Order: sequence, then C-alpha cells, then structure tokens
Amino acid sequence: MRAILLLACLAPLAALAADPGYVRVPGGDFTTTLQYEDIRGASRVATFEMMARPVTNAEFRTFVQRYPQWRRDRVPGVFAGNGYLDHWQGSLQLSAGAQGSQPVTRVSWFAAKAYCDAQGARLPRWLEWEYAAAADGSRRDARRDAAWRDRILQWYAQPASRPLPAAGTTAANVYGVRDLHGVVWEWTDDFSSMLVTSDNRTQGDPDRNRFCGAGALSVADREQYAVLMRVALLSSLEGRDSTSTLGFRCVREVQ
Amino acid sequence: MHRVIRILLLAALLVAGVTGCDRADQATAPSAATATNTGGSKQGDLGPPQGEPIKAVLTSPPMVPPPTGRKAPAKVIVELEVIEKEMAISEGVRYTFWTFGGTVPGSFIRVRQGDTVEFHLKNSPDSKMPHNIDLHGVTGPGGGAASSFTAPGHASRFTFKALNAGLYVYHCATAPVGMHVANGMYGLILVEPPQGLPKVDREYYVMQGDFYTVGKYREKGLQGFNMESAIDEKPTYVLFNGSEGALTGDKALQAKTGESVRLYVGNGGPNLVSSFHVIGEIFDKVWYEGGTHFQENVQTTLIPAGGAAMMEFHMEVPGSYVLVDHSIFRAFNKGAIAILKAEGPEVKEIYSGKEVDETYIGDRAQSNLAAVATAAKSASAGALSVDEQVKAGQALFAGTCSTCHQATGQGLPGVFPPLAKSDYIAKQPSEIVHVVLHGLTGPVAVNGKTYDSVMPPMNQLTDDEIANIATYVLNSWGNPGGRVQKDEVAKHRKEVHPATAPKH
Repeated sequence: MRAILLLACLAPLAALAADPGYVRVPGGDFTTTLQYEDIRGASRVATFEMMARPVTNAEFRTFVQRYPQWRRDRVPGVFAGNGYLDHWQGSLQLSAGAQGSQPVTRVSWFAAKAYCDAQGARLPRWLEWEYAAAADGSRRDARRDAAWRDRILQWYAQPASRPLPAAGTTAANVYGVRDLHGVVWEWTDDFSSMLVTSDNRTQGDPDRNRFCGAGALSVADREQYAVLMRVALLSSLEGRDSTSTLGFRCVREVQ
Repeated sequence: MHRVIRILLLAALLVAGVTGCDRADQATAPSAATATNTGGSKQGDLGPPQGEPIKAVLTSPPMVPPPTGRKAPAKVIVELEVIEKEMAISEGVRYTFWTFGGTVPGSFIRVRQGDTVEFHLKNSPDSKMPHNIDLHGVTGPGGGAASSFTAPGHASRFTFKALNAGLYVYHCATAPVGMHVANGMYGLILVEPPQGLPKVDREYYVMQGDFYTVGKYREKGLQGFNMESAIDEKPTYVLFNGSEGALTGDKALQAKTGESVRLYVGNGGPNLVSSFHVIGEIFDKVWYEGGTHFQENVQTTLIPAGGAAMMEFHMEVPGSYVLVDHSIFRAFNKGAIAILKAEGPEVKEIYSGKEVDETYIGDRAQSNLAAVATAAKSASAGALSVDEQVKAGQALFAGTCSTCHQATGQGLPGVFPPLAKSDYIAKQPSEIVHVVLHGLTGPVAVNGKTYDSVMPPMNQLTDDEIANIATYVLNSWGNPGGRVQKDEVAKHRKEVHPATAPKH
C-alpha cells in the first residue's frame, strides 16, 4: 500500500513529458563494428528498454521548465556551450525552426544526461545503441545488407539545412524503435571514451599513448563506414558541445 | 678486382669532396645555386614573421588571389569555412557537395615561402559532419589533419611555417577520407618562392575531380554518393571545378591575344590521374608537379590525384581553347571539359583558319599526287590526254580504291570483286562511273563468281577524279580500254536512284 502511494507521488514526474514509449529490446550476443582493444568477438548485450523515438522539443521544453537550471540563459557554460538551444525563440519558447514535434537538437551531453536522469533513465551506451540500430524492419542484424547501408548514407548526403522531420515518423525496426537512422545523430553515454583518432589514415600506426583500455578502438569492418562516420561525429565533440543535427533518446534497464 | 674497388673508393671520395665544395658555394652564393637546388625545407625558414599579421585574400575558383608582393616573411591569417551544400553537378542534376568555402574546388590560398600561417578552420553550424584539413604544403604529421578536426558549429586553429615553395593540394582527411574528397573537399594553396613568380597577364584556378553518383551520367534529380563505384574507381563524372559547365559558355575563362596566361591546375581525385591538355595550345612552360622547375614546350602534362601543376602559355590566335583530360572519354562522356576564350584580331600567318575544304585521299596517294596536278592543269587548258587521265587515275585509285580492290585490281576472293579482266566491266563500261558514284549493294556476279557485300557511294570524289579513276580502270589489267569524260560523270551524278545490283 505504501509502495503504491509512493508511486502515485512519483507519477507527476513520470508524466513530465508525454511518454514517448519505451520498447523492450531483448538482449543477445553482438559483435560491434568498432574494434576495442579489450573486446574480441561477440559481447553480451543485456535486455534493455529504449525510447521508441528521440526526445522532442516539446518534451525538452517541459524538462527545462521544471529544471530551470537547464534554461539556455541560466546553464553554466561548462555544461552547455554557445549553440545550446539557440534555435529556440526564447529560453522557453519554441519557434518555426524548432517545432514541438521535431527531435530536440543543439543539446549538450550534460543536458541530455540530466534529462534522462530526471526520467529515471540514462543515455544508451554505444554498444546498446549500435545493437538496436543494427536492426531493420524484419531482422535484428541487417548490417550485411548493402541496401540497409545505402539508406543510412542517403541521410548523410542531405545537407543539415533541411528541416528535420517530426520525431517517430520513420519506419519502426524489428523492436519497434524508430529514427535510429535518417533523422538525427544521437548522444551516447560513453561517447567521450570513443577516441577515434582524428586522422584515421594512420591506420596500423595509431598513437597508442592517446588510448588506454576500452578507449582504444578502430573500425574492424571497413564495410561499415556508415557507422564509422557516426562515431567520427561523436568523437569530434566535447560534453558541452551541441550541433543542429545532434539529439538523443534514453534507455532504461530492465530489473 | 682489388684495384677496381680502390678506384671506385677514390672516385667516391672525389665526389664527396666536390659535393662539399658545392655546399660551400651555395651558402655564399645562393643565386647561382637556386637554378638547380633551392635547398628545400632545410633552407626554407626565412626567419621570424615581420610586421602586422596579414589576413589572406581567398578567392573562389576560377580566380586566383593577387601576388603577395612581399619581400619578407609575414604572419598570415587564413580563415576557411566548411560548408555542406546542395549544388548542380550537371544540368538538372543536384548533388550534396562538402566544400571548403562554399565552392568546389575550395578557396585558393596564396602565401609566400617563409610565411607563418595561422590557420582557422570553421565548420558551419549547418554541417552534419565533422571535418578537418590536410594541406600538402604543411611540414608536420597529417599536414594539419589531426590539429584541425572540427565538429559542426565549431572552429579550430593551428599554425605552420610554409617552408617549401610550390603549388599544393589541400583536402579533408576525416574518415572515410575517400568520401570526403569525392564530395568535393579539396583545393589549392600556392606557396610563392621568395622572389615571387614571373609576372603574367592572367591567372586562373582549375581543379579536376572525379564524382560517383547513384544515378547514371546526367540522370536528373538529386543524386546520392555511390560508395561502391568509388571503391571500384568508376566515376560517373570527371569534372573541372565541380560541375559540368562550370567553365564553359558565359563562364569560360577569358583572355586576349598577346597576353600570357598561367593556369594553376590541381587534381583532387579521389581516384583518377589527369592527362591535362589544352586543345590548340602548347604549354610554353609547365612547372610539373607544382614544383620549382619548369619544362618547356609541353603538349600534355600528367597531374596525379592529390597533385598540381602550373602552366604558362602565350595567346597568339583568337578562338576557343578546350581544356580536357586527354583520357578522352572522360572529356566527352563524363564532363571533363572547360573553355578558354581568347579574343583578338585574326593572325593569319600563324593560323590561317580553313583555307581548303577538300577530300583527303589518303597517304598512299601522297607521292603520286603530282600526276593528279598535271591532269588538272591539262584539263583546265582543255588538253587532257588519256595518258594523263590514266596516270592521275592510278594515283587516286591507290588512295581510295586499292584498299578493297587491291592495287593489282584483283580484289579479295569472296569479298571484294576483281576489276582486272572483269566481264562485268566489259559488258557495260559506263557502269564503273555509276557504281563509284552511287555504290553497290547486294549480290553481283563477276567472272563466274558471286559477291554479296556493300560498296559505299564515293560521291565525295569530284567529277574529274571519278573520270580519271574510271579511265585508269578501263585501261588497266586487260580491260577493254576507253575513256570517261567528266561531263559523263556529272550526268550520272544527277541520277538519284539508289545503287542496287543491276539486273542482268
């Protein structure tokens, strides 16, 4: 009974934004495209729940209203750099270029993390994100399909100056997750450990001193350059940075 | 054996000694040495920058910034912005280019050897990709690539000293490098030698690149990048300055006769090597590979992917000069064409324009054309003899007819009928003229054998020429003899019915 009461108290928090809906992504063995120094072969990915689509401007505004320390006029510079939410008309006002239904972009990693924390969730780890994003409408691992790769590349070929589509409008993958490709880049929890060397032509002669442990990685499968480009984007950023095509979504662990 | 080694050793010592002397000379008299050796990067540092920092003038292709005109090393600030944008790659065909400065190729950068270059690379907030820059004119690992890795909406800075003079390619080196280059991320940086480059009237900036689209050549609409064909090195387009028609029509390069022109030509690749050629011009000088020395009087110069060259020529004759990659299908089937238009008065003594428009009868006739000339002279004097006609006809026959019917008139068994001792000719001598003028298609019986092939009409030959050829044939190889006059040919020429095998 007490537990129920407690849940009732928490309810307003959970309803902080219209629930984008988490969907269950069953765990499994997965071989990442990235070559970690300390991981060989397949890794075990535990079952988790992932937002079916990226967080929207409307949802993020609700969050900022509740946690005004994340307003663009109040956030400390170390947590969010210059471009943070600057496509909004005001600190709490959306605009024609940032409509409620569109995925929120120009958010720093710190802000994205705070949002997920407030949801009782967290940002996905790269392995989880890559695992979910390897699927298409009918297969859990479509990465060998050239057509799957071409669709990803098509988005890369579109300039970022085009308006973003509304979140949740691309086809769902086999788990029911949408927009992993073709809409925005997405933050991952462990992006800062993805130290892809910024001059990747030094293959075979990496700057070993820069890397330690899990951070030392390169791309094992040259065919997967589409994945590599996503990693390259993340590795070019710091936690306070944001771009016009970088959003996020949260995941929850399953007890 | 021992003696030989000793001699070799001695020779080596001598060479070493001489080299030592050379070095000493160079240090004291650099001007004498520069003709063959500039000393490279080891002697490229001309001291600390002097005066106020200078903001580099950047230009969009095909324009080139003015000479620096400086006599001392300076600090030069270069600000270059990466912009991802959709532009036309061909008429009605769009492509998303990734650019340095909004153009393909990127902005032209001009500095002087010894300059300290403070390089600011900005990545537009509207970009989707991180980018960086590798300048081949930089001495240091990666050519600046690792120091300039820049996320969308960010800027980065690094500084280098331009130690080597020359014309250098710069390009993006972010993974996958080939894709960034294939999308147009390259340009040129000129590091002038300390004394500058010789003065010319015009300077232009041209850069070749190969492009890989999902759709076929000139397939309309927005075309995506095709990684498969890029890996296979099978481009859809090979272009100068990033689009078909970038340098043709109203946008052609301009010059006047009497002017000297210098082209700065780079090749961004990503894959192809360019056989760069200007149709109708000979490069007076080519600073091959963009280096210090020039070659003179060059027709076609090779520009490697990721390489460049400077070429200079003096315009004498007005008209349109076509810049091509002389791997010529690239020019006419993939777009590698640009035009340089020279204006000015005609210079007939150098190039006449079209003086004569006549049939070229082949090299085999060359030595005997005197007979044709003699016959023509006699004909105009009204005193053409059969003998003259036969001699002229023989020369013409050797050029036009002997390929098939053979110089002996024997033809080729089963393919080309014989003219020698021909019952076909004997039956109706005037048929020769008809067949030459109108051709002959279908089965024909000659000397008891049937030939079934095609002879095209030879109506490009003049009445005179055909009369002479027919007379030659009639009077050769056991044929019945006789003579054909040009009036007779003219009469046959007016007949319009097509040539088919005559009925017997």
